Amino acid sequence: MGTLTRKYISPAIAMIVLILLLVIMLFPFFIIAINAFKTAPEYAARGPLVLPSTISFDSIIEFWERVKFSGKLLNSFIISISVAVLATGLSLLNAYALGIGKIKGMSVFLIIFVVANTLPHESLAYPLYYIVKAIGLYDTKISVIIVFTVIQSAFGTYLLSNVFSAFPRALLEAAKIDGAGKGQILRSIVFPMSIPTLSVLFTFFFIWTWNEFFLPLIMLVSNKNQTVPIALTVTQGQHNMDVTMASASALLGVLPCIIFFIIFQRTLTKGITAGSIK
Amino acid sequence: MKKIEKSSQGYFVFLIPGLILFLIVIAFPFIANLGISLTKWNGVKPPQFVGFANYHKVFTDAVFWAAFRNNLLMIIAVTIIPTILGLILAVFLFDYVSTRFNMKVASFFRAGYYLPQILPVAIAGVVWGWILNPGYGALNWILTRVGLGAFTHNWLGEAETALPSVMGIMIWFQIGYPLVIFMSALQRVDPQILEAASLDGARWRHRMQIVISVIIPEISVVVLTTTIAALKIFAQIYVLTRGGPGHATIVPSYFAYQNFFEKARVGYGSAISTVMTIIILALTVVFIKLQLKMQEDE
Repeated sequence: MGTLTRKYISPAIAMIVLILLLVIMLFPFFIIAINAFKTAPEYAARGPLVLPSTISFDSIIEFWERVKFSGKLLNSFIISISVAVLATGLSLLNAYALGIGKIKGMSVFLIIFVVANTLPHESLAYPLYYIVKAIGLYDTKISVIIVFTVIQSAFGTYLLSNVFSAFPRALLEAAKIDGAGKGQILRSIVFPMSIPTLSVLFTFFFIWTWNEFFLPLIMLVSNKNQTVPIALTVTQGQHNMDVTMASASALLGVLPCIIFFIIFQRTLTKGITAGSIK
Repeated sequence: MKKIEKSSQGYFVFLIPGLILFLIVIAFPFIANLGISLTKWNGVKPPQFVGFANYHKVFTDAVFWAAFRNNLLMIIAVTIIPTILGLILAVFLFDYVSTRFNMKVASFFRAGYYLPQILPVAIAGVVWGWILNPGYGALNWILTRVGLGAFTHNWLGEAETALPSVMGIMIWFQIGYPLVIFMSALQRVDPQILEAASLDGARWRHRMQIVISVIIPEISVVVLTTTIAALKIFAQIYVLTRGGPGHATIVPSYFAYQNFFEKARVGYGSAISTVMTIIILALTVVFIKLQLKMQEDE
């Protein structure tokens, strides 16, 4: 209806302000993208603002090969997808016991999971680092997968238990009368019916894990195990990178996220606007 | 009551894997961290019990207080400014742009403002590190070309500009989050109420009050989650400044990291992280209580 602001602002000024702000917000993406495709001499001669005269992939290819970027992408992907699958599964099991089973001490467990989700990672970091070293899992992907499966599922358990508390009990009762066991009810009724919520959790777990920094930084020290965010930040200022190669490195960090955003857009907006997530 | 107890039997087994993993990955490390905070330990030799000496040191350490002050300033950049800007933009896009133009135009702007949010903070740091680079960065280049050469800086390398630069980056990064949440919350605002307020001759401020009163649950969620995020800031600092120059941009989580992994003062690092944990948990409890109280008042 436009009741709030209609009379006070002229449309032209409003549009100019919005567009100006949009330009500021998108400028970093734009400038990274155009300079990644230049050669260093062209950057020196013509500066950062003009479009490249010829599209050159040299900087991107050279950076890709120097940091062995395919390997980093693969590491990030293996870790994120494993965590997303395992943490969603673990959340489902936990929430089945808490939200549907309503076992004794349910609210205490839920509070513990919420608290776990807000803990700063530095309060777990050193003991985790020490344990992982002691059991020979230091600098392995599996250690990071286990840790984030548990951390993400703390959030998932809380969210899913709330969703499950409104689960239609009549369905469960009917299945029970038909003689279905608890495992069978989980597999054939609860799981299929909660797939929409599980897919939101899956998507968020994947992206959150992809974006993680603190714990992967201390647990994955060797080059061959590092994830994309770690590898890109560690290589800043190393390798005698020139200006366009540095720009290429930033672009390579940005691109996967844009691809995920396009793929997951629907699930993400649904999750973000639910407001309860993150 | 009896019936519920009976029907809930046998579910505990589903919680067992989650519980065991939780104890190993979160509960035990957390308690161990508390224990370590009472010791002097370099990570190698056996730890020495020192009581609360590390905590005493935390509260008298000028570096910790500098870190804490920077953290409070980060709340301005991560919570306060983006929440206010997000609210204004959300109302504006929802109420003005979507009606003057159409919802597609409004959604387009929303998506554009949201874009930085899809990046990992570390990558946002890499992008801005490039733009602000004192040698080849685009910002100094632009300033020089438009005749503002006197305003060029080593943005992240000078004590006066480092923290404001990081704060500016965080504002850029954060605006999209409140904007998206508020825009969806605004769908609950009854246009008729606003229409009525408009007949009353109610001004912009009054209408803003109406909007805020409706979407206050979303505002409090945004304030809580972003304040906690501000208190946990690490990656941005690690990527952009490593806490420097001097202690100009140090934050508690980075200070804890330094003590753990660079200075081998593990006990002290644990004490710092425990103090931050207590602050974050206390904040969470206060916010949740406030929210419950607001729900009761309604």
